[in-house]
Amino acid sequence: MSPVDGPGVSSRDLPVDRAVTEGRALSADPEQIPQLADVDCPSELQARVEELMGRYPDRKSASIPALWAVQERYGWCTPEGIRQAAAVMRVTPAYLESVASFYDLLHTEPVGTHRIEVCTNISCWMRGGDELLDAFRAAAGEDEDDFFVTGFECLGACDIAPMASIDQRYYGPLEAAEAGVAIEQLRAGAEVLPAKALAKRGLAGDSPAPGASSIGGAI
Amino acid sequence: MPHELETRVLLEHAEDPRLRTLDGYKDLVSGYATQERAYKDMEQDEVLKELEDSGLRGRGGAGFSMGKKASFLPRGGMSKYLCCNADESEPGAFKDRELMQRNPHQLIEGIAIAALAADAGHAFIFIRGEYEEQADILDAAVAEAYEAGYLGTNILDCHRDLELVVHRGAGAYICGEETALLDALEGKRGNPRLKPPFPAVQGLYGGPTLINNVETLSNVPRIVSKGAEWFRQYGTEQSPGTKVVSVSGGVRRPGNYEVSLGIPTRDLIYGLAGGPLPGREIKAFYPGGSSSPVLTAAEGMDLPYSFEAMAEAGSMLGSGSIIVADDTVSIPHMALRTARFYHHESCGKCAPCREGTNWTVKMLERVVRGEATPMDLDIISSVQENIMGHCLCVLGDSMAMPVAAMVRKFRPEFEQVMAAAAGGIDPHVVVDAPPETLGATV
Repeated sequence: MSPVDGPGVSSRDLPVDRAVTEGRALSADPEQIPQLADVDCPSELQARVEELMGRYPDRKSASIPALWAVQERYGWCTPEGIRQAAAVMRVTPAYLESVASFYDLLHTEPVGTHRIEVCTNISCWMRGGDELLDAFRAAAGEDEDDFFVTGFECLGACDIAPMASIDQRYYGPLEAAEAGVAIEQLRAGAEVLPAKALAKRGLAGDSPAPGASSIGGAI
Repeated sequence: MPHELETRVLLEHAEDPRLRTLDGYKDLVSGYATQERAYKDMEQDEVLKELEDSGLRGRGGAGFSMGKKASFLPRGGMSKYLCCNADESEPGAFKDRELMQRNPHQLIEGIAIAALAADAGHAFIFIRGEYEEQADILDAAVAEAYEAGYLGTNILDCHRDLELVVHRGAGAYICGEETALLDALEGKRGNPRLKPPFPAVQGLYGGPTLINNVETLSNVPRIVSKGAEWFRQYGTEQSPGTKVVSVSGGVRRPGNYEVSLGIPTRDLIYGLAGGPLPGREIKAFYPGGSSSPVLTAAEGMDLPYSFEAMAEAGSMLGSGSIIVADDTVSIPHMALRTARFYHHESCGKCAPCREGTNWTVKMLERVVRGEATPMDLDIISSVQENIMGHCLCVLGDSMAMPVAAMVRKFRPEFEQVMAAAAGGIDPHVVVDAPPETLGATV
């Protein structure tokens, strides 16, 4: 644990980068480190970010986890949420914004409540990933408040191609028709495609993978 | 029961869900006994020597000797770090996901022993943000290991400390590159750094840092417990050990199979993964993830699956991920899919990669739309040559190598697809059609 960034240390006591603040008036400027008193940060979020900072020898290492925490709280990395995390971390909002905009899973625009990422990379493409993405888009329709459907680069589950990550859980191999089923289950708050959850699969070498015979017919 | 062609070492008892818990790990595979012995009875140099003698090569892609890498860290009292690269994002690779999901404690014990070899007091598992399920499993396992005293301060009363943090990324292939991983772990955008200095000298927070892949570190407990000789009974002289190989694409049983390195590639693709789907034939495959130059079935099927054999054949073993393309797959379209991935994932720091991936995508799009001429194929090849070796990291090369190989080995197919698309024919029809009918349609 670094001497300055322990979990018990208030973020206000942390050193501020002089080059950034000296000679400038404090304002809502994204180049300024906001004062905690000015951002109305929810106490749980503040506690969470402080706990995250305490895990690392350097508090800035907590920037990605802090942005995850912001996204969890607000649904996406809102400018206000970023300012709150920045105030706790004693970094500029612009800094956190630059980090958020680099990573595909951190959203700097509003997204639907349920996030569906459909892999369209090589192995999934070969087995119908594009058609699966179309099916999810069609099933979600115009309902952008509830669903965010996007094509995604390789999710690391080519064994269950074509597959999708639904609210950060993996499902596959999926038939295009199952997209509609999954959307309805999400709407109803039911368990999503229980038979297709990655967590429930055995090792490939132990027995023929479930659904393996039907994949050939699906293409 | 595993297939007779499999050699399960890392995946031993992996089908048993109890293995995920500390108690199960101890009961099933005598877990943490090696860490205890290493911490109580072994010196740093003994552990290093065992790792070097084993010949264990990095399982992340480069295949560099793990023991050597660990020995590059300077000695002395400065803060040193160990990073486990669990940012598995290479298209075709999904072996680390399996290892973390089924046997998280094996990785944690491997990290604890490797930290002794590197004299590191802080360790991190950088796991890709998409693997939330696996990150949750690791979090639970790390908590158990702290509770039982295998991590934390004064571990096993041996006056050694080790803090282990599971750090979730947020979706960027580039963070699998070791220096970009360090930047991401320091809370920045994941841009690669100029090397040298190498991370072993100046890595995380400026301190000496050992970075190893999940599978590499998962091998450590057994090597230290059973010895280098035991490890070398598997695999070949230059590629010792077993390897978890991800096989996907046009095969009947895609999945992870653990084999002794050096077995015939045919055994992996046909024997274990079940061969092509009914009625199809295998045309080509990537032997080591989407970054490896594709091999035609004739070139590659009978090669031993080892680092050296794949390198000799002009490709690479990489992360050990086979993607099979059958005869219904259009190679130009596959090249475009590959190029689009690297274009999307290029961090933009170096011009040859940033621009080269962009140009390649645009040219390949012209190919499949029928707007290209055969000269464009030469330009595509020349662009690939100008990317390779000209950037801070190998992301650009990772596109250039497979795309260049596809254009070189499948040039007639590129020309057929171009001509068909120009004539308004769906290029996939051309690929599906037997060669003798092509003259009529084109």
